Amino acid sequence: MRHSPEVATLASGGTAGRPGGVLPVRGIGLVIRRGGRALLDGIDIAIEPGPLTVIMGPNGAGKSLLLRALASLLPVDAGLVTWAGTAPDRGRAPKLGFVFQKPVMLRRSAIDNVVYALKVAGVPKTERAARALEALRAAGLERLAGSPARVLSGGEQQRLAIARALATRPEALLLDEPTASLDPAATLAIEEQVRRAHAAGTTVVFVTHDLGQARRLADEVIFVHRGRIAERSPAERFFATPSSEAASNFIEGRLMP
Amino acid sequence: MQDFGAAFGEAFRLVAALDRDLVEIVALSLQVSVSAVLAAAVIGLPIGALLAVTRFPGRSAALVLLNALMGLPPVVVGLLVYLALSRAGPLGPLGLLYTPAAMVIAQMILVIPIVAAIGRQTIEDLRDEYDEQLRALGVGPVGMMATLLWDARFSLLTTLLAGFGRAIAEVGAVIIVGGNIDHVTRVMTTAIALETSKGDLALALGLGLILLFLAVSVNAAVMAIRRTARHAAFA
Repeated sequence: MRHSPEVATLASGGTAGRPGGVLPVRGIGLVIRRGGRALLDGIDIAIEPGPLTVIMGPNGAGKSLLLRALASLLPVDAGLVTWAGTAPDRGRAPKLGFVFQKPVMLRRSAIDNVVYALKVAGVPKTERAARALEALRAAGLERLAGSPARVLSGGEQQRLAIARALATRPEALLLDEPTASLDPAATLAIEEQVRRAHAAGTTVVFVTHDLGQARRLADEVIFVHRGRIAERSPAERFFATPSSEAASNFIEGRLMP
Repeated sequence: MQDFGAAFGEAFRLVAALDRDLVEIVALSLQVSVSAVLAAAVIGLPIGALLAVTRFPGRSAALVLLNALMGLPPVVVGLLVYLALSRAGPLGPLGLLYTPAAMVIAQMILVIPIVAAIGRQTIEDLRDEYDEQLRALGVGPVGMMATLLWDARFSLLTTLLAGFGRAIAEVGAVIIVGGNIDHVTRVMTTAIALETSKGDLALALGLGLILLFLAVSVNAAVMAIRRTARHAAFA
């Protein structure tokens, strides 16, 4: 199950979105503790349709945990996650694409990885192959459709993971440092793929600790520090005049405890 | 004391000549053991997948029990199956005692814990890799079990191989429920035991050689399949 009973019970309010949709994705008072330490410390956040949002912060700030909690992949110790105003449920998961830092490739061909996602999303069998091929074409992977996914390069695997997530036509795409272990050329390809998805109307939330990448991609920045949101502002303003000391230190490259 | 060299010579002659009795015994052995392993796979692999995917109170105890059952004494299993299939037993009316079907049942019971326990570990390793991704795609527990079983299929061949090894080499259970009846339930292991006790070492050795050959061949075939699959990066 993607949601805890606690969340399901608590989910009663919030803004309703499109029927069967997931936006807005909300986290209310999210707390995750490990070893007596609050890794997420009461975060309130709403992901609305629209801007390309970059979640930034130093290592261990809680960025990835926050993204997983919003995708209902992790149980929270306190707080509530809602998708379009209701408790997350498995049936709507294909509407919330998730891309991990290390792509998980199923043991099958590239196109069958995409077909698998379409099957889970309930796409009729007659449409799957065409839609999978369309997704691969958009990712520039058409010629590798029949190749085993696990022999692709790191960059190709990540592009395939994004194509797989986008094939189900999600409302939102959450990406957890998808270029962290890729070279500049592969990173550029991923960024272009993400930009195209956003331009096509997919709401994008992109986690990174790479300042340059955030500058290139972000419409707005959420800066996470020590399990809290230190700042959320339009990208231009964030980089020009950060309002929090933590964000200012991060942008200036000053070492932070 | 019989001359061992002569016995080996006679054994090779029987094998080379494809002696009719020998072929019949080997064929029945394969038929029984392969059927038992396939039946055990149908039952045991889903049990292993279920234990790999689900978390419930008492799961650790269930794993300990399953692992312990891998060491089930064949004669005990044979005795229990005998009691169940005997005329006064609950399955007596089926009339299966002293038939190959009874031997399949006994071997299947011996192999199920092996397939389930080793399969569980294989599937759980893959689950660790797939879990978040599959949940992110919206895959439920049943879908996850099916996906893990399918994607681990080449690794699970090794599990079936272990089960086949147990089944084909087993003698205690099949001799009790099969009765070692000539042309009916006589398999390689029971024939080896009988011929040895009779002093006919040639046939016993011939069967022993074939048993070893089968074990090596099956292992080689499975390794080849796994290697091919790994080269294709599916395994």
